[in-house]
Order: sequence, then C-alpha cells, then structure tokens
Amino acid sequence: MAVVKTISAIGHRIVDTVWRIGVAARFFFLTLLYSGNCLRRFHLVIKELFSTGVMSLIIIIVAGLFVGMVLGLQGYETLKRYGSESALGVMVALGLVRELGPVMAALLFASRAGSAMTAEIGLMKATEQISAMEMMAVNPIARIVAPRFWAGVISMPLLAALFSAVGIFGGYLVGVVQIGVDEGSFWSQMQAAVDFREDIMNGIIKSVVFGTVVTVIALFEGFDAPPTAEGVSGATTRTVVTSSLAILMLDFVLTAIMFRGA
Amino acid sequence: MPAPALVEIRDLNFTYDKRPVLQGINMTFPKGKLVAIMGLSGCGKTTLLRHIGGALKPTRGYVKFDGQVMHELDAKGLYLMRRKMGMLFQFGALFTDMSVYDNVAFQMREHTDLSEEMIHNLVVMKLNAVGLRGAQHMMPSELSGGMARRVALARTMALDPMLVMYDEPFAGLDPISMTVIGDLIRSLNDALGATSIIVTHDIQESLKIVDYVYFMANGVIVAEGTPDELRACDTDFVRQFVHGEMDGPVPFHYPGVDYRQALNLRA
Repeated sequence: MAVVKTISAIGHRIVDTVWRIGVAARFFFLTLLYSGNCLRRFHLVIKELFSTGVMSLIIIIVAGLFVGMVLGLQGYETLKRYGSESALGVMVALGLVRELGPVMAALLFASRAGSAMTAEIGLMKATEQISAMEMMAVNPIARIVAPRFWAGVISMPLLAALFSAVGIFGGYLVGVVQIGVDEGSFWSQMQAAVDFREDIMNGIIKSVVFGTVVTVIALFEGFDAPPTAEGVSGATTRTVVTSSLAILMLDFVLTAIMFRGA
Repeated sequence: MPAPALVEIRDLNFTYDKRPVLQGINMTFPKGKLVAIMGLSGCGKTTLLRHIGGALKPTRGYVKFDGQVMHELDAKGLYLMRRKMGMLFQFGALFTDMSVYDNVAFQMREHTDLSEEMIHNLVVMKLNAVGLRGAQHMMPSELSGGMARRVALARTMALDPMLVMYDEPFAGLDPISMTVIGDLIRSLNDALGATSIIVTHDIQESLKIVDYVYFMANGVIVAEGTPDELRACDTDFVRQFVHGEMDGPVPFHYPGVDYRQALNLRA
C-alpha cells in the first residue's frame, strides 16, 4: 500500500505541476492580450519602471563593480601564466557581456524586484484590493499586471547593460589602475574583440528573455498566492527559487544556441 | 405603490465542494431602500454579495440586477453592469500605492474622459461629503481604520452607483466611527437616490439606519422584516441574535465527541 501511496503522491505532484505551468502560460497570454491599455497610458509603465528598475540600481551597480573587480584579479592571475595579460580587457568584457552581465543582473533582479512584485500583488490580493478593482469593472491583469510586466521586460536589459559597464570599469580599476596592465591594450583589444552582433546583441537577447521569464514568474506567483501571510511568504520564496533555476537553465539553452561552434 | 425592485434574488442555491452554502434564497431590494442582511459569520452573507456582484455563478436560481440576470452575462456585460455598482469592502481595500486623492479619482480616470480639473473638483466634493477633504494627500497607511473606511466610502460613491453593497462596514470601528459610518451610509443613500445592501452582524448600529432586514442562518433566510418588526419578534434565533445571548438555536459548543469521552472518563 505504501508503494501505491508513493506512486499516487508522485502522480499528483506531476499533474499539479503540469496544471500550474498551463495556468501560468494562460496568465502570460492574458497579460499580453490586455497590454494595450498600459501601452497607450505609458505613464503606468513608467511608474513601475521606477520601482522595478530605478530601485534596483544600487544593488546592480555595487554587485557589478565587485564582480568586475574579481574578474580582473582572477583573469590577470590566469592570463599571466600564458604571458597574455594584455588580453585582460577582452576577457573581462566578454565574460560580462556574454554571460555574467545578463545572468547576474537577472538573479539580482529576481531577488530584489521579483520578490517585491510577488509580495506586493500577494498582499493586494490578501487585502481585497484586487477584488475591489474587479468590482469597479477594472481588469486587474490590464491595470496591475501588464504595466509591471512591461516595466520588468524593459528594465532588465538596461540593468544588465549597466551591470556589464560597471563590471568592465571594476576590471579596469583592478587590472590597469592597481596591477598596472597597459591601459591602451586593455581598451583597444577589448574594442577589437567584442563583436556587436555576436556578443552584445546576444547578451541583450538573453537579458530580455530573463526579464520576461522572471517578471512573469513573479507576477503569476503573486496573483496565485493564497491570500494569507503564509501564502504570500511561500509565493515570494517560490519566485526567487523558480526564477533563479529558470535563469540558469535558460542561460545554458541560449548559450548553446547562440555560441555553439562560434 | 411599493418601489420597483433593483435587485431580485429568486430560489438562489449555491453549493461549494458538495456543501450547500445558500439554499432557496428569495430576496427583493427595492430602489432607494437600505436593506441589511444579517447573520452569523459563515452563514453565507458574503457569498450572497458575491452573487449579486456576479463574481459567483449559482448552482440554481438567479440574481437579477437592473433587469439583467447576472450569471448569464459575458465578461464585457458583467463589467458594464458593475459600473452601476459600488462595493465597500470589510477593511476598505484602499489601493495602498495610491494617495487618498488618487484612490477616489481611480474610477473616474479608468471609466470616464473627464479632464483632470473636473476630476479634481469631483474628488474634493466626494471627500468633503465624508469629512476628509483635508486628508486628500495622505497615504492609506497614514489613516485610522475609521478614516480608511470613509475614504473607501467616497471611492465607492465616485461614479454615483445605482447599487451600493457594504460588506461588514462596522467591523473593527470605535463607537464614534461606527455612528459616523452609519449616518454617512444612510445620508449618502438618500442624497444619491441609490439602493444599498449592508451585510453585517452589528445589529444595534444597523437597525438604526436600515429599512428592512433579512436574517440568515446556515444558508437560508430564517426571519425578515422591518427593524421594528424584528425587535418585537419572539422567534428563538432572532431573540438570541438581537440580544446577543450565549446559547440558543446557535449552540455555544462546536459539534464534537461527547465531553466525557474526550476526557477519557467512564460513563
């Protein structure tokens, strides 16, 4: 009997997961469908851009600076073994633009802005604000979800670009200012090796995909949260965990598609 | 000649998870009247309000509002009907990321093409009606419970709805705020020529202001009448409810195993 119960429990879990993915996909579709209103009244998106994008600036800048400085140190130590210290700029820039910029910025975005979105919408549900909006004949997906979704999609590539720029500056501080790598070769080799379409555009595509996925997960978890303190706290945790795993898995898939054999 | 009905409920039944929540409910809410639905927590009052708002579909029967059967409407039709309604939620449900002013202006901005100047004048008038003109720049977190309820009342009245529903409007208020909210509900209903439905279990406060009362217990109507008729009513349930008696048709003890058995005592 124990075996049957275990198999039954696993089956229920799988069915629940598939069902939730279906509901989330429907939620994403409805968000796109009801986006017209917020795109016409763009000030609604700008308001959300402030809380998702601008409020994430500090953490992105500080983290970017330190990641760039660590890359500068580690890169110098490795490149020195092969007498290629002058390629430090290339290594820092490619590492950040292709991988660390989009991925780290998305992970930080999920923990800072994603969790805040889930908690805010979950609490709006718990305090009947969403029901009140429905009773006022205002579609909550159009008025609450869609502006936040577009704010997330727009702010994520900008934050990733900022993360990479500050990271490169961090690498410059450590490599050139502190260690003494030649400044000319640091910048010129970087300029020659980093390709706009191959590296920067692919990095931007990655960050748009991550921004979409993280924002949809955060909004769905908030909208679907049981209207209790425990429910909102569980939803916030799920947002960070699910988003982080999704970012790392998608990063592998996108990297395999974009850079295979390049 | 009695006033025509704005809301009619006929043979309304609703079952949730095989448990009957509402059974054979028949109610009439005439235009311009203030009607209370009273009963214990969990007796189906809020479920009934959600049926009137079209948020739930009945298992049998119907709710008719302004001549339309609510559960037969599609999403667009439902939203059109909801523009004629207002609902005051139990704790106000103010939008916490907006100021008092923006909360009251919300529906005007969403549903009308009025200029900001016109909206400003209307918001100030609505806030003045609830005595909170001076609080328009405050955020919901800065308001007391009574003030939040008054702002929510101003927001509910923003587009002069035909029907206003109040879900426990007196819950958690001090006696002064309770009287203020009660008086505002009555005076705004009369001034706007609206129809109001109050779901409450605060019997003393609501009997002062309403025109008619339905008593509910376990999903059915157990008594109805004007406030004077109910004060004089001698059925066990109404007497227990009106006088707040501890034991009666509504038992003090939740059903469970025999007390002796629970204490492991021999009979």
